[in-house]
Amino acid sequence: MAQVLIRNLNKKFEEVHAVKDVNLEIRDKEFVVLVGPSGCGKTTTLRMVAGLESITSGQVLIGDTVVNALPPMDRDIAMVFQNYALYPHMSVYDNMAFGLKMRKFKREEIDRRVKDAAEILGIQSHLKRKPRQLSGGQRQRVALGRAIVRHPQVFLFDEPLSNLDAKLRVQMRVELKKIHDRLGTTAIYVTHDQVEAMTLGDRVVVMKDGVVQQVGEPLELYNSPANRFVAGFIGSPAMNFATVRLHEADGSLWAQGDGVKIEVPAAIAARLRRYAGEEVAMGVRPEDLRVATDQDGAGLSVEAIVEVVEKLGSEILLDVQVGRSTMVAAVEPTVPAKRHDRLRLALNPERLHFFDRASEAAI
Amino acid sequence: MAVPYALTERPSYAGAPRRGPVTRLLEDQRWLAAVLLAPTIVLLGLFIAYPFVKGVELSVTDATVGVAGHFVGLRNFAALMGDSIFRIAVANTFLYTAVTTVFKLALGLWLALLLNRHFKGKALTRAFVLLPFIIPTVLSTFAWKWMFDPTFSVINWTLFRLGLIHARINWLGDPGLAMVSVIIVNIWRGVPFYAISLLAGLQTINPELQEAAAIDGARPWQRFRYVTWPLLLPVTMVVVLFSIIQTFADFQLVYVLTGGGPANATQLFATYAYQIGVGTGLLSQGAAVSLAMFPVLLVVVIVQLLYIRRVEIH
Amino acid sequence: MIEGAKWRRWLFFYVPLGAFILFLLFPFYWMVVTTFRPDAELYRPWMAPNYTPFWTLHPTLAHVKYLLGETLFSRWMLNTLVISIAATAISLFCGLLAGYALSRLDFPFAGSLGTGIFVTYLVPQTLLFIPLADIIRNFRLGDTPWSLILTYPTFLIPFCTWLLMGYFKAIPKELEECARIDGATRWKAMVYIIFPIAVPGILSAGIFAFTLSWNEFIYALVFLSSPEQKTVSVGVTSELIRGDVFFWGALMAGALLGSIPVAVIYSFFVEHYVAGLTGSVKG
Repeated sequence: MAQVLIRNLNKKFEEVHAVKDVNLEIRDKEFVVLVGPSGCGKTTTLRMVAGLESITSGQVLIGDTVVNALPPMDRDIAMVFQNYALYPHMSVYDNMAFGLKMRKFKREEIDRRVKDAAEILGIQSHLKRKPRQLSGGQRQRVALGRAIVRHPQVFLFDEPLSNLDAKLRVQMRVELKKIHDRLGTTAIYVTHDQVEAMTLGDRVVVMKDGVVQQVGEPLELYNSPANRFVAGFIGSPAMNFATVRLHEADGSLWAQGDGVKIEVPAAIAARLRRYAGEEVAMGVRPEDLRVATDQDGAGLSVEAIVEVVEKLGSEILLDVQVGRSTMVAAVEPTVPAKRHDRLRLALNPERLHFFDRASEAAI
Repeated sequence: MAVPYALTERPSYAGAPRRGPVTRLLEDQRWLAAVLLAPTIVLLGLFIAYPFVKGVELSVTDATVGVAGHFVGLRNFAALMGDSIFRIAVANTFLYTAVTTVFKLALGLWLALLLNRHFKGKALTRAFVLLPFIIPTVLSTFAWKWMFDPTFSVINWTLFRLGLIHARINWLGDPGLAMVSVIIVNIWRGVPFYAISLLAGLQTINPELQEAAAIDGARPWQRFRYVTWPLLLPVTMVVVLFSIIQTFADFQLVYVLTGGGPANATQLFATYAYQIGVGTGLLSQGAAVSLAMFPVLLVVVIVQLLYIRRVEIH
Repeated sequence: MIEGAKWRRWLFFYVPLGAFILFLLFPFYWMVVTTFRPDAELYRPWMAPNYTPFWTLHPTLAHVKYLLGETLFSRWMLNTLVISIAATAISLFCGLLAGYALSRLDFPFAGSLGTGIFVTYLVPQTLLFIPLADIIRNFRLGDTPWSLILTYPTFLIPFCTWLLMGYFKAIPKELEECARIDGATRWKAMVYIIFPIAVPGILSAGIFAFTLSWNEFIYALVFLSSPEQKTVSVGVTSELIRGDVFFWGALMAGALLGSIPVAVIYSFFVEHYVAGLTGSVKG
């Protein structure tokens, strides 16, 4: 039962300003994911919430309490680490019971909680084993179990799935989601994997260079990224960008660049008009490109030369050359494109993104 | 830095247990470190730092056992300069250290290379090889002293039966041979330490490197010279510097075998310091002899620290 | 492994290895033979005919009986044992705490303190024994086991600290962080998580420290004077020699029996011992 409030949080290591003025409100029962490239300050932020890193300035509140000065043991949180951090000299049972023993729970209560958690995670039969006798996935479950038995106010996850192989990662992701739905404990989850962020998070916080770039629900980030960084970071394959100059002709707004000449749809032209005569960055997601048909007007398509064809089964990724720059298009698996083919790609006009060249903010 | 936990108000939310002042203090890394280091610092301060200061203090007085003594400046050290026995001891110590170190390194490396090969009973051999190092030096040195006995020497008996000698060799009685004997025993005791340490170093070298060099056409000697040796050098340096310090300050071996004799032929810094400081009771002069080792040891320690730092940077 | 012809293997491997083993182990063999050889055989001139020095046809326990019955040898063994165990315990205790602090805590002067302890590790006993003897006298510890129990840690603590730092550094910091989040204080995380994981290192340090204590000579020689206080090394050296007369049979028996405790411990923990030895020079 706790929300987490982060107010003007800063962390300075000797030379590096790792976390800059972070403000976040994580609501009770919410699953919030911090995502960003390595060195973006997401882990440092999490570790400050945990109490493992001192806070340079700002405040962290768990529930209604400022916890800045509380040691980790008194914050009533549980954390799952990337390398699981299982105590190698203790059995699975003792690993899960350790936190409860430290808090002087009764033996029967410890036993009940450990067995409950083991049942949720399906590791009842491994309780007597040592961590080194377990597979990666089982270790991951034990690490989760150790957090669950505590019934903490907040779960903290530091890239818990990144040591697992791809298949197991997907499986554990689903399980994690189920467990959270069942327990309803507030959770903060750090990852560098945007797919994990999108699938797990009720809300996602994108960070870069210690600064929060955008906070929002997954689709919000996908559909209306706040800036060019978020646009490029969320979505796979990444958004294509082209530098275009906006100008007005024949009563409509045109975006013209190297190999690109597009008529900006009226719906968004209004807010772009003040950039007329200037260069802006235009972004289009690979999945918003398709092979043009005769119905598509010349104003909403580009000429492209196919360089690489990646057949994924459900779709085909075309690495194409447009002018002198490259783009990726995700097209129907039935498209018979070959290397060196020339084709025209149509853009979905509703899903074009424009960014200020200097500030990189969305227009 | 955040305000230390210990200095702020107690946690106020309902779930937080009440912590005593000691618990809160020990959550601060600096306080915890201070507490954890205290026993060590007290013991080392009392029995290393204080004796060192005391030694310097003694060496500039004319104290003897039971007599406090007066300040005499550097007179003790000046006296040492003119002391012919001290000069012999200095020369002996350098000779002893240099010769034994060269032999211990060469033989130790050779033995390490032998032990690094695969053969039956390797573990057992390695265990036995280390015996001279782990058995109390004084006790094993007595075995050597008995083997060097002027009348009943088993070495002499063997050499005589093999027809290599016709008259007995007075191993410890002859000034020149005494030094040789002492050196042999030191090598005997030191080789296992070198061999096992270097063996550990060798085992960290990926055998694929050897194989790659062999495929590149390197002869065994070239493989050693250009692959093994450079990779072994860091361990070797530490082992050698470590051993130099131990050898330079050696005492027990010579004390048992010759007591520094005959006619000071095997006198070392430490045995001479013992003779003067304890045997004769001239505390201040004995302390001065001991301290005269210090500059040399300091140089070796500094070289070692610099070397370790350099290795750590790479 | 690259193998050559058979004779090459003999010439370059078995012969030198055999020579090494002979050289390194013969003195111990000689110790054993002498221990069980009757005096009549011992003191026979080396050129006498029909003399078989490498074994004896009349093994005797006379020297061992003399040693145990007529001398304070068993008392020396007990002294050495008590002193070694006590000094090792103190050193392990201090080394564990100091090693933990230096390898896992962030505090001012951590680096220079670590270097300081490393330097004391290199200080040979012979540098300080004279002023130390004076200090021992002033503290009224002379001729008591305490004079050694308290001074042996000066070379054991730096060794233990140095060795254990290596083991502690290898433990992932997340284990400790996880314990602290789980509700453990820093102290409890150290005791319940870090120390148990470092048990192999603690065992290595302990065994090595014990043998170093058992082998120490010059402090024991200088600080102890009455025969019943002495350690094995000192007792054998000073009490089994009357003037210029060496009782070789008893001496070798003393050397042999005095070596047995370390040899036994060593044989049980060879791997730990070697780990301690190599860890101590790893730097």
